[in-house]
Amino acid sequence: MAGIYIHIPFCKQACIYCNFYFEKGKKNQSLLVDALIKEIALRNNEITEPIKTLYFGGGTPSYLEFNYLENIINSVKANYDLTEISELTLEANPDDINLERLIQWKSMGINRLSIGVQSFFDSHLKWMNRAHNSEEAESSIKEALKLNFEVSIDLIFGIPNSTHEQWLSNLNKTITLGVHHISCYGLTLEPNTPWEKLIKRGQYPSSNDDLSAEQFEMADRVLQENLYEHYEISNYALKGKKAKHNSSYWAGEPYLGIGPSAHSYNLITRSWNFSDIKLYIESLSNNKRPFEEEQLSKENRINEYLMTSLRTSDGIDIEKLNELDIPVDDLKKQLTEEIKKGFVVLNDKALKLSPKGMLYADAIASKLFV
Amino acid sequence: MQHIRNFCIIAHIDHGKSTLADRLLEYTNTVSKREMMAQVLDNMDLERERGITIKSHAIQMNYVFQGQQYVFNLIDTPGHVDFSYEVSRSIAACEGALLIVDASQGIQAQTISNLYLAIEHNLEIIPILNKMDLPGAMPEEVKDQIVDLIGCDRDSIIPASGKTGLGVMDILNAIVDRVPAPKGDLNAPLKALIFDSVFNSFRGIIAYYKVMDGRVRKGEKVKFMNTDNEYHADEVGALKLEMEPRAEVLAGDVGYIITGIKQAKEVKVGDTITSVVNPTPIAIQGFEDVKPMVFAGIYPVDTEDYEELRESMFKLQLNDASLVFEPESSAALGFGFRCGFLGMLHMEIIQERLEREFGMTVITTVPNVSYKAYTNKGEFVEVNNPSDLPDPSHIDYVEEPYINATIITSSDFVGPVIALCMDKRGTIKNQVYLTTNRVELTFEMPLAEVVFDFYDKLKSISRGYASFDYSPSEYKLSHLVKMDIMLNKEPVDALSSIIHRDRAFDLGKKICKKLRELIPRQQFDIAIQASIGAKIIARESLSALRKDVTAKCYGGDISRKRKLLEKQKEGKKRMRSVGSVEIPQSAFMAVLKLDD
Ligand SMILES: Nc1nc2c(ncn2[C@@H]2O[C@H](COP(=O)(O)OP(=O)(O)OP(=O)(O)O)[C@@H](O)[C@H]2O)c(=O)[nH]1
Ligand code: SF4
Ligand SMILES: [Mg+2]
Repeated sequence: MAGIYIHIPFCKQACIYCNFYFEKGKKNQSLLVDALIKEIALRNNEITEPIKTLYFGGGTPSYLEFNYLENIINSVKANYDLTEISELTLEANPDDINLERLIQWKSMGINRLSIGVQSFFDSHLKWMNRAHNSEEAESSIKEALKLNFEVSIDLIFGIPNSTHEQWLSNLNKTITLGVHHISCYGLTLEPNTPWEKLIKRGQYPSSNDDLSAEQFEMADRVLQENLYEHYEISNYALKGKKAKHNSSYWAGEPYLGIGPSAHSYNLITRSWNFSDIKLYIESLSNNKRPFEEEQLSKENRINEYLMTSLRTSDGIDIEKLNELDIPVDDLKKQLTEEIKKGFVVLNDKALKLSPKGMLYADAIASKLFV
Repeated sequence: MQHIRNFCIIAHIDHGKSTLADRLLEYTNTVSKREMMAQVLDNMDLERERGITIKSHAIQMNYVFQGQQYVFNLIDTPGHVDFSYEVSRSIAACEGALLIVDASQGIQAQTISNLYLAIEHNLEIIPILNKMDLPGAMPEEVKDQIVDLIGCDRDSIIPASGKTGLGVMDILNAIVDRVPAPKGDLNAPLKALIFDSVFNSFRGIIAYYKVMDGRVRKGEKVKFMNTDNEYHADEVGALKLEMEPRAEVLAGDVGYIITGIKQAKEVKVGDTITSVVNPTPIAIQGFEDVKPMVFAGIYPVDTEDYEELRESMFKLQLNDASLVFEPESSAALGFGFRCGFLGMLHMEIIQERLEREFGMTVITTVPNVSYKAYTNKGEFVEVNNPSDLPDPSHIDYVEEPYINATIITSSDFVGPVIALCMDKRGTIKNQVYLTTNRVELTFEMPLAEVVFDFYDKLKSISRGYASFDYSPSEYKLSHLVKMDIMLNKEPVDALSSIIHRDRAFDLGKKICKKLRELIPRQQFDIAIQASIGAKIIARESLSALRKDVTAKCYGGDISRKRKLLEKQKEGKKRMRSVGSVEIPQSAFMAVLKLDD
């Protein structure tokens, strides 16, 4: 299995919590798309097996004009084997979604939309400086579902001063609309974000762990009651609707990342393009990819496996541990306390986190690291 | 021997010793242009980063004066009080001293204390008025001060600048003229004083000495009298910028020796080297033992590294004779050492050197001074560690060490300086106007009050215009108590401290608060308490961490996240646990970082 990720680094405006790489406006879209197409061609020897998933992330891919998107997809088609592709996702913001666009996207082969809804409350959307309103949030989902897209939405919990009732209402609305897949993210304060600056100036409240922890548990309960499988810490899906592209990250499969700041992985090295649009365009105009890379040691690889698989509902595969020469008894000893508290469940097939344990996934993973 | 001159450069901190040494090395062509850099003798990274001299540094120069070849052995010394043991040992290898005084600052506290050290050893003093190039230089005023202090002839003071080179030729000539040649008998049996040593990972242990009588020859058998060990002199030579091998080093001269010494313990500064075949009957009187001012525990971060730490401490001790240590153990930290230091800077430097030179990362515990406890049965107990203090019910009384502190400041700051010293339980003993606007204040104060942040406070209230020096005075009765810290009811022995009763409540509160900041939140609530005996005097609580999980872990996040968690894992290894509470290294030093 192999996938391709393409980064579109343009947004209408900056959401306060965001630390993704993007620039405001899309004045550079034509130059950037030229560069993307060059990188796509330049690296076609890096993956020879058929591509199973293609993912447009950002930034805001839905913000890119139709013909540019089409040019990119055509170049992927020209350079890679797409005969076995089964998922072609576009991240889209509600304010970019309308019938005309949906039809265009469909015509290009896009079959899955990941919609950045975040909340159905205008007060929350304003607070986060999102570009859409609650009405657009709801109508965009309905339209997309009508056109038979597979629809995933992002929701954010733990918004300071939000209530549990509001969170419950967001979850219920999502369920009622019949969304196939939900990513629920605890709002996280990242460095160098507008939010951090606002907090420093005393104009905004900081993050609230207690609220987040409680709302995380609410989502786990409510969504599972409504047949969504909690298959990764932040992801829920109806039967057969798990995200294929994202799942491949957790399964340790190779992927090619195109565009500024995009990461690539080929089982031996991880590499990442510089987060700098200008430099990216300039460098590719000389047919050079501006990137850094790191060789993964055996330990690095084991740690990545432990870290990512622990986040999934399948958990850490005991058989795989045996292959990697990691004695299960050692792990068991290290996790005595966590097993006692019911954070970790261990049977002969796998080592998994309970919903409570998921709240401490990082601490537990780092404890297991070799 | 008539053509050898041994001298050291002494001064208050930052008055320009090392910079002036640069000029002497330059004018005598000892160091080539290519090798030259500012403060070339400060060759430890730590010295260069901090811009201060930590180690005395000996170097040999050649100088031609009136057609005669002279050999100069110069020793640059540190100015900071914490390294005064370096100065006193250097002085033992010299017949003269350049006393440097910054022309813009005048006589300061360590100018005086270092001068006295030199006078005690009958060194010829050459006073030098340095930094004459500064616009703020006050040559006449500072000359007055120098004349007052040493009672020298006004004309014997050499105006100089380590920056511009002013006066350097005069200094070189004065060294020939005024510093006496060493005395010694070339034909007597070998007698050489070891004043410093160093561990070199390629060459092994190297000792630096001054030959008092006789000669050290390459290939001869020598004996270290104190330890009574015999060695083969594999290599001897002069200390240039690099070591320069010679066939022999003669009486009056300074040199180095490399033998097959394996054990760091076998070399002690102050020991006498003599010849095995023709030994001297009497050893040279060595150095006075150092009296540490502060004590603290040093523990390996990884408990398995205890033996390696011991080895490293011995090696470091070779190059820092003022470090003393003995094994101790702690319930919280395992096996380690109780170490004595000359001050807080010294302690910091030891910690840094262990890390840089020996790759040993250590945990340092709360420092304390040495107390004397007397029990009801009339027994005396020396308390270098809070856990040594007998149970309160068995204690008759406890004494703490006091010091005489000398502070020289401008008259504008007399008020704040006195207020600060009183706040530190000091009593004023004397107040002398050195000039109309410079005052020398003398206080008697508890040592415990000055070792921590006193010097920083003094500097800030006087905007840098106060210098400070101290010497131990006596032990005095004091109301001292042992304060313990508990985490979830479990005492953490390494966090106990001995403090004055009147400070306990305030300090207890501050420590608990600081620990609350330094201990990371864990999966359960943590109660942090300070107690005296069974009585809780302060408490804080640290609420449980409700979540420790990253929201997003996609293609672009994996590498960064893995590195972060790997780092966390490394960090965890450096934590110690008491009960189930994990305590980071930094928490053991919490008491030092209390702000008011
Ligand atoms: N203007 C001027 N600055 C000087 C002179 N000599 C030294 N300095 C500066 O004074 C500072 C201290 O100089 P050092 O030579 O390191 O002083 P030191 O006495 O060796 O200091 P310690 O060994 O730490 O006690 C440095 O910033 C020097 O550049 C001088 O003659 N003129
Ligand atoms: S739209 Fe997405 S990428 Fe753009 S600022 Fe908002 S969160 Fe960040
Ligand atoms: Mg110096």
